[in-house]
Amino acid sequence: MTSRDTILGALRRAIGPAANDAARRKAVQTRLSEHPRGLIPARGQLPADERIALFRKMLEDVSASVETVKAESEIPAAVAGWLRRRNAPQSLVHGADPHIRDMPWQDEAELKRREGKAAGDDVTGLSRAVCGVAETGTLMLLSGPDNPSTINFLPENHIIVISAADIEGDYESAWDRLRAIKGDGIMPRTVNLVTGPSRSADIEQTLLLGAHGPRALHVIIVED
Amino acid sequence: MKMHSADFSADARAALADRQLQRALGNVQRGFVEKRRKARDKLPEFDALRDSAKAIKDHTLAHLDLYLETYETRVKESGGHVHWAADEAEARDIVLDICRNAGAQTVTKGKSMISEEIALNPFLETNGLTVVETDLGEYIIQLRGEHPSHIIAPAVHVNRDEVEADFRRHHDFLPASRNLEAPESLLSEARGVLREKFLAADVGITGANFLIAETGSSIIVTNEGNGDLTQLLPRVHIVLASLEKVVPTLEDASQILRLLARSASGQEFSVYTTLSTGPRRPEDPDGPAEYHVVLLDNGRSKMLGTEFQDMLRCIRCGACLNHCPVYHAIGGHAYGSVYPGPMGAVLSPALAGVDKAGALPNASTFCGRCEEVCPMRIPLPKMMRQWREREFAQNMSPPTQRYGIRLWAFFARRPALYRLMAGAAASLLRMMGRNGRIASLPLGGGWTATRDFPAPQGRTFQEMWRARGKKVA
Ligand code: SF4
Repeated sequence: MTSRDTILGALRRAIGPAANDAARRKAVQTRLSEHPRGLIPARGQLPADERIALFRKMLEDVSASVETVKAESEIPAAVAGWLRRRNAPQSLVHGADPHIRDMPWQDEAELKRREGKAAGDDVTGLSRAVCGVAETGTLMLLSGPDNPSTINFLPENHIIVISAADIEGDYESAWDRLRAIKGDGIMPRTVNLVTGPSRSADIEQTLLLGAHGPRALHVIIVED
Repeated sequence: MKMHSADFSADARAALADRQLQRALGNVQRGFVEKRRKARDKLPEFDALRDSAKAIKDHTLAHLDLYLETYETRVKESGGHVHWAADEAEARDIVLDICRNAGAQTVTKGKSMISEEIALNPFLETNGLTVVETDLGEYIIQLRGEHPSHIIAPAVHVNRDEVEADFRRHHDFLPASRNLEAPESLLSEARGVLREKFLAADVGITGANFLIAETGSSIIVTNEGNGDLTQLLPRVHIVLASLEKVVPTLEDASQILRLLARSASGQEFSVYTTLSTGPRRPEDPDGPAEYHVVLLDNGRSKMLGTEFQDMLRCIRCGACLNHCPVYHAIGGHAYGSVYPGPMGAVLSPALAGVDKAGALPNASTFCGRCEEVCPMRIPLPKMMRQWREREFAQNMSPPTQRYGIRLWAFFARRPALYRLMAGAAASLLRMMGRNGRIASLPLGGGWTATRDFPAPQGRTFQEMWRARGKKVA
């Protein structure tokens, strides 16, 4: 007998004679296909303008910086400006996301860009979030050629762009978006929910920013 | 790790006398408790979410076999592998096999308590692999050759100056003149040293906070980003998870995630919540080529359907440790088990046997704070009492304690005699006390060695009760 059989057998014995009930199977199938929402905090159900304000505030509370631009076409200038203010080199790695690719980068002649996954020595990475969650200031990033996951973790600085229309109130709405993009029950290899720059409190419970992931997180909200 | 819970009272005494440790433990009390309270106060729905989370886990446990089967199917559909492990030894062998098949030399690790439970590091090292812990706290204790003293803050017992000394000793390839005064410089140094290891590793091993049956995903929750680099960069990703980590859907995980960080560190949400599903897709530029999940039982299926089933709701947030007066006083190591504190006192006897960990459920003052703060509403004190009863029934408690309880039972069955003796004992204790404290008590040395016993004030409970009854009547 395999360990799989032993373990499942032990679980069924513990559950008792009802283990083989069709009703149990039905209950499980229903829950999986309907994936009912549980309790959603009031702060996750705000109208659009308050929702965006909360998203921003929550991010700032966890030491991320946030700026707003009117259109995607303004992003290259915003990126270059932020790098200058931080005294960071004018260089950038990003994925094949058409939103990013098609921005007017030619206006920022000094800014060097590389397309692909991140390497250990990239200083700044740029990604696009598929959506945001206002209740905790969280950004959802999906792996793949458009936004390789290494960009979220290897560079010192991480810049994430997000459209204001993609900011949801709660996690549950973010999952619905993911299902709409990928199909029910289908996932990309990695889903990253990012809430601030990396940190550690492992030395005497003192919070320090910039552990193994980015030391700085800058979020650019596109209003259009 | 090797259990040494049987030495609990000696270890606890040593911990109380350890000045470095006592200084470090101050951080638990000051930091965690206040932060959790603030996070809870900011979310009015916090207590209602606890009810919701409890209901989700109760439903899952009642259908655990079916959710695990569904989970396994989904993992396979996404190109991953599930390995079922009945016990520690089997889990270790599975991991070693995967490493060997991958031709691995270096293994990086994200924080995993299951890895501690199955004593994975020494096993892999004996078999010729280089194992590198990458969570800063885990890295520190790996350098020190210690075990975690807390389930979410493994190095909480270590002070900054000790970390500096450890880094100087182990990072001898760096200039001796460097300044490591500021904690920031220690963090930067660890980042630099570990960055090389991340990039060189062949296999990355992480734990899992949740497994999602709906999608076949594993979720890890971290702040440093080390867990993500561990599971993203190497060619092979191995997830270590115990059976009870499964929840039905993404929505169910979200309910519990709203409680996890708030209860653990007082954060509204951890910095990185990451879902991994299968290996990298053909079009992906990064991610592991292989994805394995080791599903560990190791005694958990035996808890299902018993008075200890509620413990399977535990999400390892550490709140019960952070609020425990016994943990505050002695720290995690004195428990002598992988899992310390109240959750460990209940879980360890279930996993290791009450004969080895029977001392732990006795390490409680029954103040009830653990249950008060547990996000999953686990009745920890009640279960500790149940272990004590089992221990007593199996004749394993110490003779003086057994004698004491039998003596009490003798009087308790004879109310008149009980009243008489209680009154006499109270008068005697009153006479022994100075300023209301008793510094040493015959037969009570275990109690009075590290604290005073309060001398009784006024009358016995029964005397007061009777007087009150007369007044009301
Ligand atoms: S028993 Fe409760 S409080 Fe303790 S770690 Fe588990 S979930 Fe957290």
